[in-house]
Amino acid sequence: MRPFAYERAATAEEALARCDEETRYLGGGTNLVDLMRLGVERPARLVDVTRLPHDRIEERSSGALRIGAAVRNSDLTAHPAVRRHHPMLVQAVLSGASGQIRNQATVGGNLLQRTRCSYFQDITKPCNKREPGTGCPAIDGEHHNLAILGHSESCVATHPSDMAVALAALDATVLTRGRGGERAIPLADFYRLPGSHPERDTTLEPGELVTAVEVPPLAMPSRYRKVRERASFAFALVSIAAAADVRDGVVRDCRIALGGVAHRPWRARRAEDHLRGRPLTRENLAGAADQELAAAHPLRDNAYKLRLARNLIVRTLLELGERA
Amino acid sequence: MNAIGSRSRVEGREKVTGEARYAVEHPVPGAAYAWVVQSTVAKGEITAFDTADAEALPGVLTVLTPDNAPELAPVSDGELAVLQGRKVSYRGQIVAAVVAETLETAREAARLVRVTYAARRHDVRLTPDHPGRYTPDEAEDGPWQARQGDPEDAFRAAPVRIDCTFTTPAEHNNPMEPHATLAAWDGDALTVHDSNQGPSTVRSTLAKVFELDPARVRVISPHIGGGFGSKGTPRPNVVLAAMAARAVGRPVKLAFTRRQMYALTGYRSPTVQRVRLGAAEDGRLTTIIHESFEQSSTVREFAEESTTPTRVMYRAPNRRTAYHLTRLDVPSTSWMRAPGDAPGMFALESAMDELAVVLGLDPIELRVRNEPDGHPEDGRPFSSRNLVACLREGAARFGWSDRDPTPGVRRVGRRLVGTGVAAATYPVLRSPAQATARANADGSYTVRIAAIDLGTGARTALGLIAAETLKADPAQVTVEIGDSDLPRAGLAGGSAGTAGWGTAVVRACEALLSKLNGHVPPEGVEAAADTTEEVKGQGDEYARHSFGAHFAEVEVDVDTGEIRVPRMLGVFATGRIVNAKAARSQFLGGMIMGLGMALMEESVLDEAFGDHLTADLAQYHIPANADVRDLDAVWLDEHDPHVNPMGTKGIGEIGIVGAAAAITNAVHHATGVRFRTLPLTPPRVLPEL
Repeated sequence: MRPFAYERAATAEEALARCDEETRYLGGGTNLVDLMRLGVERPARLVDVTRLPHDRIEERSSGALRIGAAVRNSDLTAHPAVRRHHPMLVQAVLSGASGQIRNQATVGGNLLQRTRCSYFQDITKPCNKREPGTGCPAIDGEHHNLAILGHSESCVATHPSDMAVALAALDATVLTRGRGGERAIPLADFYRLPGSHPERDTTLEPGELVTAVEVPPLAMPSRYRKVRERASFAFALVSIAAAADVRDGVVRDCRIALGGVAHRPWRARRAEDHLRGRPLTRENLAGAADQELAAAHPLRDNAYKLRLARNLIVRTLLELGERA
Repeated sequence: MNAIGSRSRVEGREKVTGEARYAVEHPVPGAAYAWVVQSTVAKGEITAFDTADAEALPGVLTVLTPDNAPELAPVSDGELAVLQGRKVSYRGQIVAAVVAETLETAREAARLVRVTYAARRHDVRLTPDHPGRYTPDEAEDGPWQARQGDPEDAFRAAPVRIDCTFTTPAEHNNPMEPHATLAAWDGDALTVHDSNQGPSTVRSTLAKVFELDPARVRVISPHIGGGFGSKGTPRPNVVLAAMAARAVGRPVKLAFTRRQMYALTGYRSPTVQRVRLGAAEDGRLTTIIHESFEQSSTVREFAEESTTPTRVMYRAPNRRTAYHLTRLDVPSTSWMRAPGDAPGMFALESAMDELAVVLGLDPIELRVRNEPDGHPEDGRPFSSRNLVACLREGAARFGWSDRDPTPGVRRVGRRLVGTGVAAATYPVLRSPAQATARANADGSYTVRIAAIDLGTGARTALGLIAAETLKADPAQVTVEIGDSDLPRAGLAGGSAGTAGWGTAVVRACEALLSKLNGHVPPEGVEAAADTTEEVKGQGDEYARHSFGAHFAEVEVDVDTGEIRVPRMLGVFATGRIVNAKAARSQFLGGMIMGLGMALMEESVLDEAFGDHLTADLAQYHIPANADVRDLDAVWLDEHDPHVNPMGTKGIGEIGIVGAAAAITNAVHHATGVRFRTLPLTPPRVLPEL
């Protein structure tokens, strides 16, 4: 492991001032420290941002929740307002990692975790995300759990976060602080598709610090469902965050986001558009899923994700409708 | 359920409080740390080392490469020829090692070692018709293959036939404690604190490799954090740690990381198994043909022996079993819990289920109809065999009699529900050992033997055995194990530990009793035993095996392909049980590993690079607590006077044998689909639903 300096910042200004291109912000460290051990990340300096005053969850007068970036995942899932208003978000976070890791991991770190693609994590192999221009062995290699949507010739990685999938469905906004001041980045614009620059996961500027996530109110029943290769402690094969306002059997409004299918949480807007105003039937749901998945390009060994995503859309929305 | 006793582990408190020291945790002044450099090609030659940057790093003591490593005496296991040449035989092989003042420095310096290779095209793909495939001792009815009657003709003539091929993946042991060694030299005397499955074996291996008098080698291993077979033979860590300690003249600690273990400490070979069963209309088998195709590395020949259990299971006048190896440019295969038996019984017991379905016969009844009177190959009587009793007892406990055999018809919401059964077997083995027993003046006893406790509770079990022989309270007996300076003993392996060590402990205690005359002098009374003659002299007039039966209920989600196992029951006939509490734990542990084998465990090999990609516990899935639901293990009261003085049969492995087949048979019952490739993950299952 490369020797590195460890510093604690007390304020965002202090953190920003100390940040250069060889610095990484340290939250819970549950992903970053692993990557440092593997040699994937080799920062010269870590600036610990868990002591910044970003560890609270506030209810705004608008009904929105402002969740500080340093809030621990466990605290997020235990917060009464989050539990009351956003069951989908609670379910998503609780479906990730383990109790011990959630006690340590922060909201900001959860957003910024890196792909778990095997090739990315092994510095003895090429990877365009880790070392641009070296190639992507996953395309012809092991990719059964990689992307079916929005991938490129340079990268087929998926984003591993469950929380981010729920936040995508919730139209959350990421609040940041950078050298240019504060920004509010809609989650839809926060994550990137890989294109020819898979080394960049997000649209954050160098040194820009995530300070909070703002979640607007949602007046629809919601849920998160994750399919994985064991009952707990595994990344999603495909997951879904869904909400639906169904009255008299008709979908008035809905939200659908998929995890495990792309380089970013995949907001299924085509499926949503297809469903709005239509009766909540298996047929319409399948049609909506097909609309969304028409753009998919499965790899050799992950076409099963098409059917899985389609089934999850149909089943989760039907279950939400039954509750209405 | 009967047992000699039911006792918590005697070292339990030490373990839960963290007092128990594992290999590299032993505090030693002045220890240095070693870190390995692994090859990044799967086949070729090293053309150059550049160690300048590594050596320049402050705190680096030495960089060992084949160019400066001391010459070791050759041993049969090529994995132990650490740094003995520039040839690369698999990706991840140790090609250099750094020794430094701190672990972090050693790790960083290892990254700075630059190795240049002349790579050659590698071959890591196992296929049944691989041109390099071979069958050693092809002409003989040796362990590689066995044949009776005319199995192929009988198959062609059989009224009912099953001919199917099963595939199991490479699987890795994941003991909690990695393979780890603390090595220290004092002149030409070597002491290692090492994580292994047999200190006597490690001592003799180190003595050979370093050409030392075995009396000058000491292996200390009081507590082991699991092995499952992967520590059954000394691994490169113990040789390299000793080599490094000698090179720097200081104690050296070396622990493999989880990722390194995936290349360096062995794994279960993938298998391709073809099973042919021929039967009469009433279900009586006329022929059994079971062939397995497996891989070995080029540095160490190891056969998974997947067809061996088939030789003892069912009656059939015509039969053939054989396994074939292909040497590939892969990391070395080795022992993993129930080597051969676990994948082999998945195939055989799946095929038996397929036959039951074709015949429209209850799968338990099919097995009962094919129960042999004696060993199916030669008619020798079994010392005891209670397979049918296990099946009957399990059927009663599990509620089997109500079962509708029709596949694919039970539905609860969006889940298909089914139940399955499979048989289990494991041979009864033991190896010779020595032991001493001492009566102390204060009324207590001390038993000494170089046995080892992998975490199974061996120390506690031997205490119960000694106490029973001595007619003493177990609390009065102290058992000293885990040190090669103790009386020599065999491995914890082949489910033979308790049987072999226990025999020696019983004999030593008997010898002690015959010396005692009611009075113990202040210096105590000691007696010794050596069971070499007794164990080697045991005839093969009896076939000695354990048997069992697994029952499983599964739920298969039709939308996602997820499989859950709400219920599993194992019923075992394994002779006398020593420690009821620990035994149950052993059976359950085996069954959970079988659940992992059925549903999730798979080491994915990258054909382009030649190594296993799933090299951590996030990617190599073993069951989490949430996967394990209502799980139960029971045993029959089986009395077997022909195995050993305790009447025990060994319980460490049979729990995994057949467990996967019970689950996959239940999946067929639930879905009507037969999955013949493990594991049954959603990507495999969903497309077939």
